[in-house]
Amino acid sequence: MRVVEKRQLMSATEIERTLQRLAHEVVEKSGGTQNLALIGVRRRGVPLAHRIAKAMQTIDGTEVPVGTLDITLYRDDLSKVAAHPVVHSSEIPFGVDDKDLIVVDDVLYTGRTIRAAMNGLFDLGRPSRVRLLVLIDRGHRELPIEASFVGRHVQTGDMEIVEVRLTDVDREERVMLVERVE
Amino acid sequence: MLRIKNGRVIDPASGTDAQLDVWLQGDRIAKVGPANSAPEPEPKAANGSPSEESFDASGMIVAPGFIDLHCHLREPGGEPSETIETGTRAAARGGFTAVCPMPNTRPVNDNASVTRSIVERAAAAGSTRVWPIGAASQGSRGEGLAEIAAMQKAGIVAVSDDGRPIATAKLLRQVMDYCRALDLPVIDHCEDSSLFAGSVMREGRQSVRLGLRGMPAATESIAVGRDVQIAELTGCQLHIAHLSATASLELVRAAKKRGLRVSCEVTPHHFTLSDVDVVYDTRFKMNPPLASTEDRAALVAGLADGTVDAIATDHAPHEAASKDVEFDRAPFGVTGFETALGLALELVHAGQLSLRRMIELFTTGPARVLGCERRIAAGEPGDLTIFSTEHSWTFRAQESASKSRNTPFDGRAFRGAPMATVVAGRMIYRREA
Amino acid sequence: MPERLRHLLGIEGLTAEQILFVLDEAKPFQEFQRHPLKKLATLRGKTVALAFFEASTRTRISFATAASRLGADSMNLQAESSSLKKGESLLDTVRTLDAMKPDCIVMRHSSSGAADFVARNLDIPVVNAGDGTHEHPSQGLLDALTIRDRRGTIENLKITIVGDILHSRVARSNIHLLGKFGCQFTLCGPSMWVPKELECLGPPVHRVDRIEEALDGADATIVLRVQQERLHEPSLPLDEYIQLYQLTPERLRGARPDMLVLHPGPMIRGLEIDPAVADGPQSCVLEQVTNGLAVRMALLFQLIGSKPESEDAKGTAHAAD
Repeated sequence: MRVVEKRQLMSATEIERTLQRLAHEVVEKSGGTQNLALIGVRRRGVPLAHRIAKAMQTIDGTEVPVGTLDITLYRDDLSKVAAHPVVHSSEIPFGVDDKDLIVVDDVLYTGRTIRAAMNGLFDLGRPSRVRLLVLIDRGHRELPIEASFVGRHVQTGDMEIVEVRLTDVDREERVMLVERVE
Repeated sequence: MLRIKNGRVIDPASGTDAQLDVWLQGDRIAKVGPANSAPEPEPKAANGSPSEESFDASGMIVAPGFIDLHCHLREPGGEPSETIETGTRAAARGGFTAVCPMPNTRPVNDNASVTRSIVERAAAAGSTRVWPIGAASQGSRGEGLAEIAAMQKAGIVAVSDDGRPIATAKLLRQVMDYCRALDLPVIDHCEDSSLFAGSVMREGRQSVRLGLRGMPAATESIAVGRDVQIAELTGCQLHIAHLSATASLELVRAAKKRGLRVSCEVTPHHFTLSDVDVVYDTRFKMNPPLASTEDRAALVAGLADGTVDAIATDHAPHEAASKDVEFDRAPFGVTGFETALGLALELVHAGQLSLRRMIELFTTGPARVLGCERRIAAGEPGDLTIFSTEHSWTFRAQESASKSRNTPFDGRAFRGAPMATVVAGRMIYRREA
Repeated sequence: MPERLRHLLGIEGLTAEQILFVLDEAKPFQEFQRHPLKKLATLRGKTVALAFFEASTRTRISFATAASRLGADSMNLQAESSSLKKGESLLDTVRTLDAMKPDCIVMRHSSSGAADFVARNLDIPVVNAGDGTHEHPSQGLLDALTIRDRRGTIENLKITIVGDILHSRVARSNIHLLGKFGCQFTLCGPSMWVPKELECLGPPVHRVDRIEEALDGADATIVLRVQQERLHEPSLPLDEYIQLYQLTPERLRGARPDMLVLHPGPMIRGLEIDPAVADGPQSCVLEQVTNGLAVRMALLFQLIGSKPESEDAKGTAHAAD
């Protein structure tokens, strides 16, 4: 599949500011950070979750635990992803029961990834609440799923793809709008 | 009259190797000579058609008719895998003019009436000559002697319990004593049953790797040693079937040195393949199994130096359903009529065997075992094998005249092929262009 | 990314990368065994045919559980009730199963090469759960995972195998696998069961007659059971075997204190292994079983978790994130 870059949606600075703003929003709307835990959805949800936890620590002083969740086994579309799906470990170093969870991911699109994430979480226990935090919401939902915390809403076409690039993973930091070319 | 012209006649018995024509009349060879020395033509046939047919053998070798000392035609009883008709047709395509089918049919060829029925079916098929080998023991069960003298009258040329070894030293002695008096050779499938039990290939690195049960070379050579000593004791003529191991070859060599009447044959698959070629493919499963690479080299040397007397195919057809199973369960055996010459010529092209020696292994060698002659001379039986040493072709099992497809050589490209086969003065096979 | 497995017929034909991939993929499945809810929907709607033509309890249950925890269904064929007894050929039996459209077939058979034979005749992936005396690849993988978890590595280790190696498909799979990682092998057992051709399998192998010598310096010892059902020849009297080859606490004291003891199971306590050793701290037998489940889940996931050729990911460039 070839892609062609169309335009930059967010610069590194804008990403940082947005994450800070999101961290404040979470603290405000959660009435503090006790019982909160972040679950980063592999791959890029993980560094985002860590950064938000760090920002929240600066704001509130408390350390919010971060877990990582690999959703490969819970996808409903395994046959559509790369021919050779790879399962990675999930690491959730705390009990999920009765926790106030925030699932963190880079892009919210059809909603299927988040559904898979919820299936995975509920296999581990019974959280008291699950909310969603994403950097970009690009619309085109196929399931009744909404994010409580959104960095930016972006209108996109079917052939377009929102690529969040983070230094932790991609060696550069920005959000790009690219287009699929047949 | 049939005239084979412009061919290179190689006749080991007389030492001839020259460009000569051969004329056949009736079922005999009428004359061998230069092109301009045609014998008196026959009177023209009543309808005025010329009674001389000719075959242009330019660029080809004209040899005495090949004999296959060891094959399985399956009839009576095993017709789904082969009949005398289909088997002899495949043999003719392989250049053979006479074949010796082993007695392990159903019923076993252990009495004159089965022998006669085989001989009659062969005559009706009208292809190669069929010289049956009779069972040594009743039903080849290894107990009492079969009706050997009666079978000899009906046409057998040797006895064997092939499929199995002749069961005990004591029985072998009785058979040999009896056959010496009748002047019949005894052919043995040499195998020690206890070492063989349950094996499916040669024991060695490949069998360990594949997890398949293997038999050591001694399985064969122990029995060869036994047979040679009994042959010496009784004075009977012994022929070792499908010899595959170096140790067996050395025993034959030593016996010949001592002047004993011991001979042996090697199959084309044994001088071409070895146990490293075996994979989970039942087309590579036969008994004796493919041997080690060292054995193979020793067999090739034995073919060249005269220790081995004959190349015999051990053509063993099996219908697809019986071979299409797990390796352990498949019956032993591969076909071989149509690939024998091509494989032998590979040795000639590689310089390991001379052309003349190769011809001996198919003609005078087997003839000597049977106590007859094979030569191209006036008055001799009109059997010729005409072949090319250069013609390129690919063997395809699907196109074989045999009913069965169990060959390890499917798809193999050959340089050299049988071009025409003449039996009793009649051309029974001719390769299409 | 190593080439994806289509079948699992043996270890011999796998690359080191493919092996490591399976071992790494088994890790999330090892964690999964600790979840309160051990049920995924990953392979929902898929069917795994279990064709066990040779009796087996542990391996069959392990594969059945692996399938079930991944959400797949299984079809169960067992030797005792097998149509093979009525004369049906192996090919017809598997074709009958295949006509019911399973997504893969896991098979165990007493003939070496049987899995290979079936793979050539069917279109669906075939997992060899043991063919004659040839290979038992998932056992090799779970043994390697066990050693790696305990030892930290599977590279350049000294591995000892004790018992009837000639007839052991487990031994062959272990030698093929660990041999690809630079391990060296010491084989020990009655000489008719430790033929010299084993030295030609590839990796460095040397044979010793005395178990004390074999255990000396080994990083891990794999104890095989005496397979009375696989012998054509008269078997060794069991008391002789015990006297010469049983792994006892005394013999263990002569080995390194951190030497691992593995056994493919089922164990016959008091025959090839002393109960104290079987239950002792060096014994890995229970981990082997747990790891077997994880490895088999990873294998089934790889083989039937997605279509072999899939269209490009819909919508996201980071498709496998």
